[in-house]
Amino acid sequence: MTRTLPRTSEPAVGKPIDRVDGTAKTTGAARFAAEHPYPGLAHAALVHATISRGRITAIDTTEAAAIPGVVTVLTHHNAPALKPPRKVSPLDLSTMASGTSVAYLNTDEVHWDGQPVAVVVAETLTAAREAAALVKVVYAPMRSTVDFLAEEPNARPQKGNLLMSGSAKKGDAEAALATAPVRVEGRFTTPPHHHNAIEPHATTAVWDGDRLTVHDATQSIDWLRSHLALRFDVPAEGVRVIAPFVGGGFGGKAMIWPGTILTVMAARATGRPVRLLLTREGVYRTVGGRTPSTQRVALGARTDGRLTALVHTSVTYTGRVGGSPEQVTSQSKHVYDAENILVRQNLVELDLISNTSMRAPGDAMGTFALEAAIDELAYELGMDPIELRMRNEPERNPIDGRRFANRNLREAYRLGAERFGWADRTPEPGSMRDGRWLVGMGVATAFHPAWQFLANVTVRLSVDGTVLVRCGFQEMGMGGATAQAQIAADALGVPVESVRVEYGDSTLPLSPAAGGSMQTASVASSVLAACQKLRRKLAKLGPPGETPAAVLARAGVPSLEASVGSDSRLGRLTGQARFLAKLLRDQRRWMRAASGAQFCEVRVDPDTGETRVSRWTAAFDVGRVINAKTAVSQLRGGIVMGIGMALSEETLVDPRTGRIMNPGLGEYHVPVHADIPPIDVAYLDEPDPTMPLGLIGVGEVGITGVAGAIANAVHHATGRRIRDLPITLDKLL
Amino acid sequence: MRTFSYVRAPDVETALRAVADEPNAKFLGGGTNLVDLMRENVERPDVVVDISRLPLTGVEELPGGGVRIGALVRNSALAAHPLIRTRYPVLSQAILCGASAQLRNMATVGGNLLQRTRCLYFYDGASACNKREPASGCAAIGGFTRNHGVLGVSEHCIATHPSDLCVALAALDAEVEVESTRGTRRIPLTGFHRLPGSTPHVESALEPDELVTAIELPAPITERSRYRKVRDRASYAFALVSVAAALETGGGTVTAARLALGGVAPKPWRAVEAERVLLGAPATEESFRAAADAELAAATAQDGNTFKIELARRTIVATLRDLTSDGSAT
Ligand SMILES: Cc1cc2nc3c(=O)[nH]c(=O)nc-3n(C[C@H](O)[C@H](O)[C@H](O)COP(=O)(O)OP(=O)(O)OC[C@H]3O[C@@H](n4cnc5c(N)ncnc54)[C@H](O)[C@@H]3O)c2cc1C
Ligand code: SF4
Repeated sequence: MTRTLPRTSEPAVGKPIDRVDGTAKTTGAARFAAEHPYPGLAHAALVHATISRGRITAIDTTEAAAIPGVVTVLTHHNAPALKPPRKVSPLDLSTMASGTSVAYLNTDEVHWDGQPVAVVVAETLTAAREAAALVKVVYAPMRSTVDFLAEEPNARPQKGNLLMSGSAKKGDAEAALATAPVRVEGRFTTPPHHHNAIEPHATTAVWDGDRLTVHDATQSIDWLRSHLALRFDVPAEGVRVIAPFVGGGFGGKAMIWPGTILTVMAARATGRPVRLLLTREGVYRTVGGRTPSTQRVALGARTDGRLTALVHTSVTYTGRVGGSPEQVTSQSKHVYDAENILVRQNLVELDLISNTSMRAPGDAMGTFALEAAIDELAYELGMDPIELRMRNEPERNPIDGRRFANRNLREAYRLGAERFGWADRTPEPGSMRDGRWLVGMGVATAFHPAWQFLANVTVRLSVDGTVLVRCGFQEMGMGGATAQAQIAADALGVPVESVRVEYGDSTLPLSPAAGGSMQTASVASSVLAACQKLRRKLAKLGPPGETPAAVLARAGVPSLEASVGSDSRLGRLTGQARFLAKLLRDQRRWMRAASGAQFCEVRVDPDTGETRVSRWTAAFDVGRVINAKTAVSQLRGGIVMGIGMALSEETLVDPRTGRIMNPGLGEYHVPVHADIPPIDVAYLDEPDPTMPLGLIGVGEVGITGVAGAIANAVHHATGRRIRDLPITLDKLL
Repeated sequence: MRTFSYVRAPDVETALRAVADEPNAKFLGGGTNLVDLMRENVERPDVVVDISRLPLTGVEELPGGGVRIGALVRNSALAAHPLIRTRYPVLSQAILCGASAQLRNMATVGGNLLQRTRCLYFYDGASACNKREPASGCAAIGGFTRNHGVLGVSEHCIATHPSDLCVALAALDAEVEVESTRGTRRIPLTGFHRLPGSTPHVESALEPDELVTAIELPAPITERSRYRKVRDRASYAFALVSVAAALETGGGTVTAARLALGGVAPKPWRAVEAERVLLGAPATEESFRAAADAELAAATAQDGNTFKIELARRTIVATLRDLTSDGSAT
């Protein structure tokens, strides 16, 4: 860039700037999806199926309808028609949006325990819920398959698609394994999980003729807009989705689940604005969670620790009515420089609600098994587990020899080990104590691929010095708006306070969904491009002034705008084609990922097996950090969620019925404050040269490796290898 | 939740009259369990009698060194009371191990006694449950039984009583004072809760029209007592196993012992067998183990809770060991 503007302020990128939405959220000014008042607003409540497969033979709503305040009870007998969702196609990512393929209230078929079979609309929430409990449904149950472990032997190979592969190999890993001088092999299991975002899913829907306004707790504003237009057969231009504030998603709000669709349907049927606020149980019954997995990891090595064979296979489920195959073994293609590699993912289909993505899909589960197996190998070899990892640190992407766009894992381990005090660890299991407590220290590698998708952005500079960035991305508390304000401020050379970011509305330029840790990088790339365009336009107005606004003032121009991408139908299509081409090109050229080293210390009570995490240090390579505060919060949050995954979280799906038996925070044990130690998060701040500003997403890498590190620490404390999550105390007795 | 009528009782007499000829009435204490269960449609009272304003909130010293605790004393107030903290540390600790600070601020002593099981199938209207719907079956058997009992259970119900507070009360020889329009009577805490047998829906000796008015504790056998709760996370989870213990030793021998278990039985489980073995035995780990074995000899487990027998054994031994090694009760 030759025509640099004079800088009028300190660079904002990298600073620990408070979240721009912080005040609105802490003062309660921020309105979430269930908090929008409309005149004549009615309230909805769902009735859930209590069988996993079959038909509804009778549905009696008389008692429910008689509750004072009930407006209507919708069932498959009287509900408005719904168009079917489209088949999934990588050419239009919004086709991935449908949570399930079920024609809600347009069929007498039941496909999972929990499927909504009726919706009550009433004047008050209380009346709606009271009436919902009075709807009587008679079923003709059919044989269903709901027991994941019993189905495991029937698993079939998972098919790949444009974005993900179901299997991969290099050399002959099984043969190499058979002849390896040192071998370890284990079967690992992880249970189903649920996201448990603090805000339960909620929707407010308002029709005006064929125009629809929806406030929804969604991670996917644009997908939701196209999907609703399709299902309700109205032009997408008339559908507006508003979601500036979302109370956490973690993947649970990425797809479109029945609650959203049924609210829109109820509003259509009653001609009134309708709000549905799911109960926590309602979220468990109508929103997919993380699939359970069984995994096999087998490692073969020479006595010097060099890996000759790495085999990682998995079985997970998808629902018969939908779901996305998990990339459980993905990281095994990228983390260790094994001479021979085999990864293979297998699937079973169950009569359960579709599985869905949850923080670091695949990698959160896969890194548990892989990293625990590596630790086991280190013990087999009598080698320090970090040393073993460093001996297998690859120069190029192990599975296919691609270049790494960034790879600083050695440095992350060095930094983490120093901050944690790894050198003080005595390797012998059970050798460290604090009073009666057994103390263990464990380590594991964190790894998550980096993505970038299409985003459209406009940036406007006004003569009063303010800058407006507009993009329809979603803010679930990650700090997206703050990061983009910082990026735009530096790109234009203005103070960050003068930048306002508009987001969370489908009338704004198109943004990708928030997921896969790619939103910040995707939007940043377009913000940078738009800012550059703006500066070129500005340069044409006259010579650089004191400030960019001064240039406008001199030229007598009230404001100047630049945009990237087009929201027209054609613009979207060409954008999508361009994006796909770039994605495939990039994929061939580089392996891009965030990575890190997780260090933890646990204490295990020798009498009871109670395990508590007492210390955590993590050092990440996440490229350039845009906001030191929000990035660290994201990483720390991931570690907290990983601690839950390691020690306590499990959705109890009754294998006899397919019914979730702990649909609430009382019995689904997320960590409480007392479970969480001080968490020390460090990052290298080493820009990835192939990414905009050198940044890599931070949303998901934090949880990866956490369960592995804890399992390894538990082994160090007790000598016991626990290969089944969660590591509850009964497994240690 | 169903529609119900609500009566606020200013005094005990009004409360008793309000339920006297109302077969389907419920008292509302702190509401932390009743309201939950009403929301889940498990409890479906026609009348809710709010007793939270009754003047039963005193904690008074009794002649002879005992204590009388009003039924409406909030859990947090009881835990913090100096008399309880110094004389009955096990009780104070048990309360503070339970629920969360917010819940303890609301929960009353009477309500805690009568809180209902946390069996997952009891809470789920779609599951068979003999306790919720007599003679409908028990879906827990053969299902998820991690929080179910190993002592005192029956083929009709294997649910546990979830209270921590009551486990301490059972160890402390508490008595429950109850009142109805027919008069006042006293029930020993250990006889207050019923085993399920073939009638798991009958959970206590309390008649439907009776109000718990107070708990009385005799003078403690020792101030050396402690509560140990083992659970799935550091806080805010029900006990997998808990132990309330008080131990007096002299010349290396156990001279008095009180032991009760939580999380393992349909009622707060006074460990009578273990106490018998302990009394007069040397205060050693071997005796503690023998006592635990004696108590658990009758235990029966499901697939999901077999570990509780071993866990109970270890927790009993560890708690008694703690009481003898440092003598303090923190
Ligand atoms: C999330 C959560 C976690 C919890 N964790 C724990 C825990 O770890 N350990 C633990 O011990 N408890 C725990 N609890 C339970 C809690 O202790 C009980 O809910 C509480 O003690 C009940 O007291 P309450 O006054 O609110 O009772 P209410 O809900 O008002 O009443 C409960 C029952 O008692 C009856 N009742 C109340 N007072 C009287 C009276 N004076 N006479 C006759 N009948 C009466 C009511 O009719 C009702 O049937 C937890 C509860 C929740 C919600
Ligand atoms: S254990 Fe008892 S409470 Fe639980 S389902 Fe069986 S009968 Fe009901």
